[in-house]
Amino acid sequence: MRRNVLPGLRLSLGVTLFYVGLIVVLPLAALAFKAASLGPADYWRIVSSDRALASYQVTVLSAFGATLFNLFFGLALAWVLTRYSFPGKRLVDAMVDLPFALPTAVAGIALTALFSANGWFGSILEPLGIRVAYTPIGIMIAMCFTSLPFIVRTVQPVLEDLDPALEEAAQSLGGSDWTIFRKVILPLLTPALLAGVSLSFARSLGEFGAIIFIAGNQPMSTEITALLIFIRLEEYDYQAAAAIASVLLITAFVMLGVTNWLQARALRYTARG
Amino acid sequence: MKIRLDHVVKTFETFRAVRDVSLEIESGELVALLGPSGSGKTTILRMVAGLEYSDGGHIYFGDQDATDIPVRDRGVGFVFQHYALFPHMTVAQNIAFGMKVSKVKREKAAIDARVTDLLRLVRLEGLGDRFPAQISGGQRQRVALARALAVDPKVLLLDEPFGALDANVRRDLRRWLREIHSELGITTLFVTHDQEEALDLADRVVILKDGQIVQQGTPEEVCRDPQSAFVMKFLGDANVIAAEVRDGKAYASGAAIEVAGLADGKAELYARPADLDWSLQGPGIPASITRVLDRPDGRRVLATAETGEHLEFDVEPERVVKAGDGGFVTLRRAKVFAV
Repeated sequence: MRRNVLPGLRLSLGVTLFYVGLIVVLPLAALAFKAASLGPADYWRIVSSDRALASYQVTVLSAFGATLFNLFFGLALAWVLTRYSFPGKRLVDAMVDLPFALPTAVAGIALTALFSANGWFGSILEPLGIRVAYTPIGIMIAMCFTSLPFIVRTVQPVLEDLDPALEEAAQSLGGSDWTIFRKVILPLLTPALLAGVSLSFARSLGEFGAIIFIAGNQPMSTEITALLIFIRLEEYDYQAAAAIASVLLITAFVMLGVTNWLQARALRYTARG
Repeated sequence: MKIRLDHVVKTFETFRAVRDVSLEIESGELVALLGPSGSGKTTILRMVAGLEYSDGGHIYFGDQDATDIPVRDRGVGFVFQHYALFPHMTVAQNIAFGMKVSKVKREKAAIDARVTDLLRLVRLEGLGDRFPAQISGGQRQRVALARALAVDPKVLLLDEPFGALDANVRRDLRRWLREIHSELGITTLFVTHDQEEALDLADRVVILKDGQIVQQGTPEEVCRDPQSAFVMKFLGDANVIAAEVRDGKAYASGAAIEVAGLADGKAELYARPADLDWSLQGPGIPASITRVLDRPDGRRVLATAETGEHLEFDVEPERVVKAGDGGFVTLRRAKVFAV
């Protein structure tokens, strides 16, 4: 091994690898092992059952919708928090982390209370024909809530570090505000936005606590995949639970792979040589 | 395009950055704003660009009052100290940016041709496809200049353009900027805290202190005739010797020099290292040598006068002097300012 002036490589690497092995790799391996103990035919039958397919659909579409919403709203929030000063800014900044701090079940119950037919929001929306609680929209709102901080907190530091001279240069060259945002600022934020999107989407796919209270949990319509896995566990059908879980795992991996690739593409300009 | 600043004022919070500055820059002139940090030079440049609005006074471009014209409509080219190149665009895309976002629509072929011309002008042919992270600091600053020139600005403004570069590159770029200026004849205003840079490059040097102009003129005028102790000290090394003026002559412990138009009384005598010399006979300021520093172009002598003042001066390389020698420091020329 090459000599390194920074001390502690062996110890820190050892501890880290042990931790990763114990906490991350081992459970995932157990999951894969359990799912693999099913024969291919049984595996396929379980993961492609109508109920499972319906749960994938509602979970992925809701996660997609929630992530898209957070992409815009999170960017706007990060923008406002970095570029302007206004009374209460620090409070808003602190509140962004609330979804992380709050137990998700508490968030789920609070959202259900707000959006149920006699809740504050529900009583306004219901007469307009918009039902939120116990529909996919409710699932989406719960996902939005729990995954909002990811986009804000990945974009915020990049926006803070953006050299104001870049914008001034673009202005002196005659660019309008919208052109500057589109051609200068947004491309520089893209890697951070992608990172936030992938975290937000992955979190939404796996979210459980906040959703089950507001979702209604009707099989074939508002039953999310995580809940279906939980139901299989309750039935002591560990193999089926592992099989369905492996689908979520693969989806999350593919998503991370795609965003990493997009991020590398967006960061090509930083390569030297 | 002629630029005129008329009683311009700028205050940040409570700090008066620019106090009542009036200045005229002739069409095609290359002018340096020179001053220590906090003297308001960058603020003045940014107000001319429209990156800051003045709190009072007017800025004219030709006959037009440009005071309230926003930067994107002002038609200036601005070059930043740290280049401010768009890192996600190639060199060619950076240069083309201004032409692409302009309200005046240009054909793609025309833009490409102009980019090629500008790359040739800044001697970066063949580097159009590189990203800013892939070229050197000097090259980046040349790209920044090409980008600013691409939109045919009426005025070119440079904020400490060579401040972030090392000494050799800086000297090359200085000469090169001078060439580009004579080729294009564009009115140019640049800010620097480096006296040598200002004197080497500019047609006219404007010296600032505490938000006000203290002196302006050609490099020759400000060097040969500094009108205050501040300008004298700021432009280069100077020895300060306590003196007394009597009957049109300044006396400083054994040395005397003619001064005209100064009232009798206490004064300070300022002399550059090259203005002093060393002699074993008087008259002069009695002193002893404490150290001799050898440099490629001569010998710098450090001496202490009998009165305790530390003096520095240069002698020719052949001169035999050494630490401990006693003798007299003689005055070739000096500037005297009343205190």
